[in-house]
Amino acid sequence: MTSTSTAPSFDVGSLRSQFPILGTTVHGRPLVYLDNAATTQKPVAVLESLDDYYRTQNANIHRGVHHLSEVATFEYEKARGKVKNFIGAADVREVVFTRGTTDGINLAAHSYGRKFLTEGDEVIISAMEHHSNIVPWQLVCDERGARLRVIPMNDGGELLMDEFAAMLSARTKLISVVHVSNSLGTVNPVNEIVALAHRNGTPVLLDGAQAVAHMPVNVQELDCDLYAFSGHKMFGPTGIGILYGKKELLERMQPYQGGGDMIRSVTFEKTTFNDLPYRFEAGTPPIAAAIGLGAAVDFIGRIGMSAVRRHEEDLLRYATERLSAVPGLRIIGTAREKAAVVSFVLDHAHPHDIGTILDREGIAVRTGHHCTQPVMQRFDIPATARASFSLYNTREDVDALVKGLAKVREIFA
Amino acid sequence: MSELNELYQQLILEHNKSPRNFRVLDRCTHDADGYNPLCGDHYHVWVNVENGVIMDIGFQGNGCAISKSSASMMTAAVKGKSVAEVKALFDTFHAVIMTKIGDEVPDATIEALGSLGALAGVREFPARIKCASLAWHTLVAALNGAGSSISTENNG
Repeated sequence: MTSTSTAPSFDVGSLRSQFPILGTTVHGRPLVYLDNAATTQKPVAVLESLDDYYRTQNANIHRGVHHLSEVATFEYEKARGKVKNFIGAADVREVVFTRGTTDGINLAAHSYGRKFLTEGDEVIISAMEHHSNIVPWQLVCDERGARLRVIPMNDGGELLMDEFAAMLSARTKLISVVHVSNSLGTVNPVNEIVALAHRNGTPVLLDGAQAVAHMPVNVQELDCDLYAFSGHKMFGPTGIGILYGKKELLERMQPYQGGGDMIRSVTFEKTTFNDLPYRFEAGTPPIAAAIGLGAAVDFIGRIGMSAVRRHEEDLLRYATERLSAVPGLRIIGTAREKAAVVSFVLDHAHPHDIGTILDREGIAVRTGHHCTQPVMQRFDIPATARASFSLYNTREDVDALVKGLAKVREIFA
Repeated sequence: MSELNELYQQLILEHNKSPRNFRVLDRCTHDADGYNPLCGDHYHVWVNVENGVIMDIGFQGNGCAISKSSASMMTAAVKGKSVAEVKALFDTFHAVIMTKIGDEVPDATIEALGSLGALAGVREFPARIKCASLAWHTLVAALNGAGSSISTENNG
């Protein structure tokens, strides 16, 4: 029961050896990193690309005529091309660099919402959104006199699709839902959501922060209009993310931030804006981080997302089985379609106490509301402990977690 | 495990299981809400002050073992004390739990805290210090009449 590989080509041992931090110890114990939904660790290839960039390529982009500026620009744009291929976008101009998922959603709320929402319009989100896909819409809806509506979910953490279908109307101006829930692990039926929305003539934004590093994602197959995700949750650096948008839609949206690089010409009377995607990339971007994200895309590409998904499905099955057998443990989020995220509560210990005790065993889990307070309210719990897995995790990590939970029981039961 | 045992002492676990004064006061002169937005711990503290003395105190809410036992032990410690004594006690308690890892806390200081000294182990767990101080900040806010709500992110 302790096989560490799920496919002959998927060698988790060799993958682990590419992540230096996985060889470190915490409180004298080997690190068991199960907080991948918060951020993933970084492989050597990404670290070296950052180092290499700053040592040999550093310059500002799209500006200078000097050699280094040309190299930096080339590498930055090459990274954009890698991301385009990774998500299956039709055109490199549809790939906008942002600071992360939150920034991407705020961009959409500003550039689409402030331009197209008017009084009485509706934006639909779901009951399992991260705060970053709630608050930007609340802000813009308040400003525009629009109404924010919420697709409810059942006790397992699955969206009630009939209720969603019934919400759609001529007033619906945008749907913004999470692809994979960070606190419940639910994989939402995004194809069905997009199909229903498009039949209603409504564009769809998907929050893909928890999806892109865990399953194949192809934006053209999804047919979504906007797709936001973060570099740091897919083995890349922090401070970089992507907002994919269909060209026709991005062209209709208003600029986000004003500044350098997003303009074509500026006079004090009038500014004309640059083409896509630069119109949405004001100021000097995180160039090194973009290049590092490109290296992360290469890294994932060498493994293959289908293999990653199979490996994580095995971990999810194993973790669900072993954790379900822990006395007093209740899993929060039991959707039929799930990613390898297991949120749970113990009837004898609060999640923060669980987190502290596991930490002393070298095990990193997230505890708290996971920036999804409405989800906690829906399940009438203050917080959960969450183990979230990535391609480098093993069944032994699950075993360590279960052993750690026995320590919690020792102290609290 | 030694630091963990230091943190989760029997006295703390016992207060967590059976918190003292875990009730709403029918009649109170001061009350406040305390909230840690980062983790969701949430308590309400009611006090009845007469002639500058805390005659009665109660609390309700939800949170981890550290925050709940700290709130429970606080209510037991402050009942019958003057407001000035309570504020001095909080200063001592706060200084102890904020003492840097590796720095010595004088035995006399721990002794002055009485049973509250059981929480001194929290200083080895910087992420948990706010758990131990939440109820205290809430009580001080209530006594100061500073408003109906405090957050750990405003006052450390």
